[in-house]
Amino acid sequence: MTIAPVCFTPILQHETVQMAHGAGGRLSQSLMQRVFMPHIHNPFLDLLDDQAKLDLPPGRAAFTTDTYVVSPVFFPGGNIGELAVNGTVNDLAVGGAKPLYLSAGFVLEEGFLLAELETIVKSMAEAACRAGVMIVTGDTKVVGKGQCDRIFINTSGIGIIREGVNLSCRNLKVGDSIILSGTVGDHGMAIMTSREGLSFQSRITSDCAALNGMIGSILDEVPLAIHAMRDPTRGGVAATLNELAVSSSVGIEINETTILVKPDVRGACELLGIDPLHVANEGKLVMAVAADKVQTVLDVMRTFDLGRDAVIIGSVVDDHPGMVVMRTVYGSRRIIDLPLGEQLPRIC
Amino acid sequence: MKFIDEYRDPQLARKFLDEIRRTTTRHWTIMEICGGQTHSIIRNGIDQLLPESIELVHGPGCPVCVTPLESIERALAIASRKEVIFTSFGDMLRVPGNSKDLFMARSEGGDVRILFSPLDALQIARDNPTKEVVFFAVGFETTAPANAMAVWQAAREGIKNFSVLVSQVMVPPAMRAILLSPGNRVQGFLAAGHVCAVMGYEEYEPVAHEFNVPVVPTGFEPVDLLAGILRTVELLEEGRAEVVNCYGRVVSREGNLAAKQTISKVFEVTDRQWRGIGLIPLSGLGLRAEYAHFDAEKKFDLTHIRAAESLLCMSGSVLQGILKPDACPAFSRECTPEHPLGATMVSSEGACAAYYNYHRNFDVS
Amino acid sequence: MCLAIPGKLLELSNENGLKMGIIDVNGSKTKACLEYVPDIQVGQYTIVHAGFALKIIDEEEAAESLKLWQELIDSGAFQPDQELPSPESL
Repeated sequence: MTIAPVCFTPILQHETVQMAHGAGGRLSQSLMQRVFMPHIHNPFLDLLDDQAKLDLPPGRAAFTTDTYVVSPVFFPGGNIGELAVNGTVNDLAVGGAKPLYLSAGFVLEEGFLLAELETIVKSMAEAACRAGVMIVTGDTKVVGKGQCDRIFINTSGIGIIREGVNLSCRNLKVGDSIILSGTVGDHGMAIMTSREGLSFQSRITSDCAALNGMIGSILDEVPLAIHAMRDPTRGGVAATLNELAVSSSVGIEINETTILVKPDVRGACELLGIDPLHVANEGKLVMAVAADKVQTVLDVMRTFDLGRDAVIIGSVVDDHPGMVVMRTVYGSRRIIDLPLGEQLPRIC
Repeated sequence: MKFIDEYRDPQLARKFLDEIRRTTTRHWTIMEICGGQTHSIIRNGIDQLLPESIELVHGPGCPVCVTPLESIERALAIASRKEVIFTSFGDMLRVPGNSKDLFMARSEGGDVRILFSPLDALQIARDNPTKEVVFFAVGFETTAPANAMAVWQAAREGIKNFSVLVSQVMVPPAMRAILLSPGNRVQGFLAAGHVCAVMGYEEYEPVAHEFNVPVVPTGFEPVDLLAGILRTVELLEEGRAEVVNCYGRVVSREGNLAAKQTISKVFEVTDRQWRGIGLIPLSGLGLRAEYAHFDAEKKFDLTHIRAAESLLCMSGSVLQGILKPDACPAFSRECTPEHPLGATMVSSEGACAAYYNYHRNFDVS
Repeated sequence: MCLAIPGKLLELSNENGLKMGIIDVNGSKTKACLEYVPDIQVGQYTIVHAGFALKIIDEEEAAESLKLWQELIDSGAFQPDQELPSPESL
């Protein structure tokens, strides 16, 4: 049963979020009807119950949550909404789960433009559709001006883990190959160069994308050959490789020559003194794969746009357990460490 | 990337390494002054690839590392004021003062913003007339032109709500201090290529002559560094204490005259404290009297703020090249990038941080 | 210190009475003050530090020294003691 919106007046350019929009009364309903429902509707959400009643397919469930507070809210290549959908879809998919249902909780700052909120909601609906998931339940709260940075979104997601697949950061085996699905640093540098105060005019584009389609095809082909899978978000590839090495108590060696960076991303990284390996990605995969199946995996990945630059960047070794080491182009070796925190532009 | 990739060519690097190996007949101790060079050397493992008879010693060329604790404390005091927007290069945000850093000041409510250029601070001042905008003007001679222009432009436009907290230092006096210190082992210098791009290299000629050390202005990419090291070794082997430019595409003998002119319009040479080293006379820059109203130290009356270094921290010895980072008892124990005791562990240019990030507990052979 | 990256001047402008420009660094564009390179022409390369162009890169000198290095290598003046291992094999 679908409830048709009773009153749908188009959003005017100057209209903003008011405290009353979060109070549960008439204005809250109006917000739902004018901003959310025109874009997100499915049999579960349309019931407008306090909970979504779901029939889950048989199998083990995977459940994840993430909160998105990115600033700026709109950036080249996407916005906070599609990030919130794709990020949670990816967190399920890298665990070997088929993502099914998402929740979406919004904290809105009083004064946030309704038109911008609508753009974000529309993007979320489109991203969900592309990823084959449904946003089945949600919540909206409004806080006073200055109490949040325009909009924060939490998404939680549930999916069913494919039978026979066991992906875990503790499963790396010595001899495994490490695959990276494409160029590094796109998302983090898109965000950084869009911020004010850094004199940038670049249009570095975020790589924000849902990976579950490509992951599904890989697991269809070689379910047992993939030992671990992660999307290298905050902290970049460096953080992800360190987490894998530490969790599995193995060493990882990578080759500097294999790391791909888009030219404009590289230019921005050089200018700001930032290591691309420490920069967040939102549409990339790092995988530990049994060495005898690595070519099959690459062949599958390269049939996808998202995986066309997939490459082997290194391997799992029994030296230096818990540490990630890189062979430089000169033949020397250095540790790739966890970045300390926020990447800061430097002059030094 | 043009003018970068050619100087990262592994084949060319290898050839230089082989030539260095062939040219070296005895042990030489060479210092690279500049933190950017230290970073590039350690990040690319150049120190691993050089023959053992060449010892690279890492100098105090990290303006972040040598900014005195007092300046950090003064920055923190200013940043915590309600009417202030405190702006800085990103490098300074994690440098610890007595008990906190600028990041923490921000989390406690201070309006602290990271900028790429001091001119952006001026724009913030124009956009926020009711606020006081302060820029943390840290740097060696490479950054002095930028910091000078911000002040000069502020004066030209009559911007009243702008000031700078100055911590500008100069390389040649530091080199002299190192060469004069007891226990100095440095026999040759790689001069900081971008400092020389601004200042030229004529001021190193008396140093080379007086102390009998070759000084080679050198770039930052691996091939540039190896070319500079080779040249230094050749000069040492031949007993020639000269200044020979190895970064000709950017460095000329007289430097950038327009930049030097603006620097001397706005700044004058002063004594400066170097964190971990102490007072080096006439080694810094301060605002000239006619620009005193842009001096944040005067505007905010901070002269009462003092600070004392951690007793465990040996960054001074590291900065002078007397101690290798991993020889410090606190290295990787009480002192790590997460809880640094001194600035050489905080700044990514700092020798201690570079060692920690790239070498720690790791047999690099 | 002194992260200063080479880039190509794309266009000139004036802001608040200061000569400014857009510098292209491998496809990433940044604004820089050109007051210290007053003679710079569009298409020339400069090094950018803290939002300022500090020196026009002497392309001739760069080409010459690279050429010299390459000639020395080709003429066998630099004799490698051993074969250069390829990075992949390491």
